[in-house]
Amino acid sequence: MADNKTDTKKISLTRNDRLKVAWRSTFIQGSWNYERMQNGGWLYSLMPALNKLYTKKEDRIAAYKRHLEFFNTHPYLASPIIGVTLALEEDRANGAPVDDVAIQGVKVGMMGPLAGVGDPVFWYTVRPIVGALGASLAIAGNIVGPILFFVLWNLIRWGFMWYTQEFGYRAGSRITDDLSGGLLQKVTRGASMMGMFVIGALIQRWVKIDFKPVVSRITQQKGAFIDWNKLPKGANGIKEALTQYNLGKGLSLDKVKVTTLQDNLDQLIPGLAALLLTFLCMWLLKKKVSPIIIILGIFIVGILLHVVGWL
Amino acid sequence: MSAISMILIVIVAFFAGMEGILDEFEFHQPLIACTLIGLVTGQLTAGLILGGSLQMIALGWANIGAAVAPDAALASVASAIILVQGGQGRAGVSSAIAIAIPLAVAGLFLTMIVRTITVAIIHIMDAAAEKGNYRTIDMWQVICICLQGLRIAIPAALLLIIPASQVRALLEAMPKWLSDGMAIGGGMVVAVGYAMVINMMASSEVWPFFAIGFALAALTDLTLIAIGTIGLSMALMYLKLDEHGSNGGNGGGGNNNTGDPLGDILDDY
Repeated sequence: MADNKTDTKKISLTRNDRLKVAWRSTFIQGSWNYERMQNGGWLYSLMPALNKLYTKKEDRIAAYKRHLEFFNTHPYLASPIIGVTLALEEDRANGAPVDDVAIQGVKVGMMGPLAGVGDPVFWYTVRPIVGALGASLAIAGNIVGPILFFVLWNLIRWGFMWYTQEFGYRAGSRITDDLSGGLLQKVTRGASMMGMFVIGALIQRWVKIDFKPVVSRITQQKGAFIDWNKLPKGANGIKEALTQYNLGKGLSLDKVKVTTLQDNLDQLIPGLAALLLTFLCMWLLKKKVSPIIIILGIFIVGILLHVVGWL
Repeated sequence: MSAISMILIVIVAFFAGMEGILDEFEFHQPLIACTLIGLVTGQLTAGLILGGSLQMIALGWANIGAAVAPDAALASVASAIILVQGGQGRAGVSSAIAIAIPLAVAGLFLTMIVRTITVAIIHIMDAAAEKGNYRTIDMWQVICICLQGLRIAIPAALLLIIPASQVRALLEAMPKWLSDGMAIGGGMVVAVGYAMVINMMASSEVWPFFAIGFALAALTDLTLIAIGTIGLSMALMYLKLDEHGSNGGNGGGGNNNTGDPLGDILDDY
């Protein structure tokens, strides 16, 4: 009789419960610590669900302790793991033989691979792209820049977190097999392609190096430069000069043509110096030089070369 | 600066500090934090430009594995306060950026301190779990988040106490060669963030995308949205072709990453 009674009172998590958990998972990194990393935030996220599923005090205590174990992954990719854990805990509360080892196994098994997806996709693709878009508007003094960044980022983030948590909840423990398959890998590959493409463009546009040393001074032939003395006076003269200059495509402004090192480099491919600097930074980073030291070093080199007159 | 502005700055700093650890709403990103500080002090344009410029530098800053990235939260909040206090408006942006970099390093140590304190709090949570006190656990989680907020709010408040005239005198005492040199350094330092991103993602498969992006960017008519659209389309096309290539059977399952998907398609016809 007693068994039948528990069967009829099957506890399940409503959409509302799952929304509460998703909202709390926004704060999963709040108690990030060097001992067990995201464990406090993880328990904090699951708390409403655990309290609903387990009403007896000793069950609750066991659940709290179970979820204070070590946990660390990308904060947004925690969502699918939370979804799966909710499904497992729900089964367990309804009497299925899901033990602590199974739950811990799912958590640990998923957190590593998923962190490996989240870092390149969110920190190294979506944020640089959306951030650069907003920043380029902001530098021009356009208030739309930060607003666009904020709205776009949070739409993507929240949409992703809610969708993947629901996906994990529905898929239960099968998700682990699913993730090792095609789709997720494809998303990561596609993201890194797009990311590399945009980074290439950003290096050309935003890394600014201007080498000042003069490579050559050539006195040009007559007719290659604008002869200022022979221009008509007043507005007509300005008009004539602009026509001859033709936005830089026509005659040059001065008799002596000055070519700087920068002009030479840009003739090979615009932004070459910026590209080489980036490769240097990559090499230094691979040599385990701290990014902070590289940043400070670049400032020092920049100041020194400016004083010498190179930049 | 009015008392209301000061209070609002400290609130912005608090949110930036929280987000420095949470990394969800992105209030700590320079683009948001500097703009908000500009907004509450009535210097929106200067804050906006500082935010945009710093954001370009901080694009690739992310904590991955053992590599610790500079702290964007303190860098953006403190440099924005200095910019506002200095009263130079737009002209002060490049020296504010130069100040932001050492601050990003200082912020790093503050994070490490808070993360160590949190270890003790986790043990308090353990004890509460033992008794089934879920309200206590919730409370300590909130306290941890507030500690991270204070990590930035306290330095911000201290900076506000320093009289504006002193900040201004300091900025004006900076020789021209130094501030110009720092502006030049600021133009180059962007490369470090990009290098971090590339090191993370580079593989033989994606290098051509990098090369095309670099070459196309010289066409100044293309806005970033246009460049993003081209990049997305190429990635989608590549994946689609790759899929067909490996399904066709000619390419073989193993080498679809390095093989020639287009060639496989052509062979099929």
